[in-house]
Amino acid sequence: MAELLQPIHTLGEAWFGFLWPLLWTLVKVMVLIAPVMFCVTYLTWAERKIIGYMQVRIGPNRVGIFGLLQPLADAVKLFCKETLIPLHSDKVVFLLAPILTLVPALLVWAVVPFSPELILADLNIGVLYVLAISSMGAYGILMSGWASGSRYALLGSLRSAAQTISYEVAVGFTLIPVIMLTGSLSLRDVVLAQQDMWNIIPLLPLFGIYFISSVAETNRAPFDLPEAEAELVAGFFTEYSAMSFGMFFLGEYANMILVSTLGAVLFLGGWLPPVPMLAFIPGIVWLLLKIGFLLFVFLWIRATFPRYRYDQLMRLGWKVFLPISLLWVFLTGVTLHLLGRVA
Amino acid sequence: MDMLADLVFYLFAAVLLMAALGVVTVRNPVHSVLLLVLAFFSSSALFVLLGAEFLAAILVMVYMGAVAMLFLFVVMMLDIDFDLLRRGARDHLPVGIAVGGLVLFELVVLVAGVRLDPSHAHPGAGLAHSNVSEIGRVLYSTYIYPFEISSIILLVALVGAVVLTARKRSDQKRQSICEQVARTRDQAVELKKVASGQGA
Repeated sequence: MAELLQPIHTLGEAWFGFLWPLLWTLVKVMVLIAPVMFCVTYLTWAERKIIGYMQVRIGPNRVGIFGLLQPLADAVKLFCKETLIPLHSDKVVFLLAPILTLVPALLVWAVVPFSPELILADLNIGVLYVLAISSMGAYGILMSGWASGSRYALLGSLRSAAQTISYEVAVGFTLIPVIMLTGSLSLRDVVLAQQDMWNIIPLLPLFGIYFISSVAETNRAPFDLPEAEAELVAGFFTEYSAMSFGMFFLGEYANMILVSTLGAVLFLGGWLPPVPMLAFIPGIVWLLLKIGFLLFVFLWIRATFPRYRYDQLMRLGWKVFLPISLLWVFLTGVTLHLLGRVA
Repeated sequence: MDMLADLVFYLFAAVLLMAALGVVTVRNPVHSVLLLVLAFFSSSALFVLLGAEFLAAILVMVYMGAVAMLFLFVVMMLDIDFDLLRRGARDHLPVGIAVGGLVLFELVVLVAGVRLDPSHAHPGAGLAHSNVSEIGRVLYSTYIYPFEISSIILLVALVGAVVLTARKRSDQKRQSICEQVARTRDQAVELKKVASGQGA
């Protein structure tokens, strides 16, 4: 593979000089982002189909076979609509907010390992990078709520930001035992350390906490309080229309795929097969299967459970999940010490 | 590659300086906080260029993810009269100039007194391990007491804030899960026999 790309590199360096590494990185980023955006659009289709069948409906079936062209039709519709900007809004912040919601969801993909070689940037602080970038997502929500100049949007954004921050704490603490078992912050090392046993076996309760918290962090049902339509119209994106609304939508789905991927990498062994016998199937297939399963559970939950109340949500995060994950950090430390695996 | 690193440095340094200037000059306090966030982000990018990626990640997590977020919450919820704010600024101008001048004087003295050595520009370059494990080693051995004591101080501050603000209010309805679960049919349902035609 490296030899095949050599002529391109030589040509690029001849044409662009010292700017070539920058351009080459851009190309790699595009190769990574395009499939992610494709998956995002088809996740919306999958959601409508799966929830449709769960509720004994058919779901979209008019545009293309099985409604397969529906996402394209939706995208065209969103692009053709007029972007409305409310009179009392802060225009710059109002238009920046949706971009700031979508961008962090795409930035994190840089450190996701698809196979031992296929990884854009194998940072030695991978896990910290994930936490740092995903903490930026709440800014888009807060900015959109404030800039809309509407009470519904402001209340929705405050709720949503508080929810995101609270559950980030829980997610952060579930990652610490994973790091302790690995002894490294690189996501590639996290997967390689699961060669003998997936992290889900010693850390089963933490996987549950991670998954429920990530449902809450992505503002999905049953924790979709920011857009509780009965009380807040549509929450923080009440005033948005056309593609600025579409970007919030894309951000939400990109985040869903992202947290599912991270769940698969951190707890389900990433690209590793469940038993060594099945190693002839390529690692990327295993990873995609695991991501697909977790995404299905996301949709399944949405079709099954009623919405939580806000105070119940906060109690669950701070008074249930946080103590359990703190206890598990302690237990992991003690176990590692007793097994003599502490450096 | 060095040219590229220089280019990236000047880009982020320019953004950082403009954002920092904007924090103190823009009129709207919410814009001020947002520019502060931009300044934090640019400075963390500069840390990455120095090879201090752990500090960069912590800067983003703590200052952008927590501190500036709280600022933003508070500033957004305040109903600020911008005219009043500007009038106050004019009254405090002499004091502001005095404090600013003093800080500038101190900075000049400090920079004049220290000879900057470019060979120390990349403090993380000579380390055997990644700087995460190196910082961890120092933090939990040499500086264990300052580290633990400062975390205790933060914990005390946290508990203090909760004790000062959390109080039982009589006008607030709270859910008690124990009471709900312990409720039986006898407490919840009352059967009444209403004579025909007498019911309200």
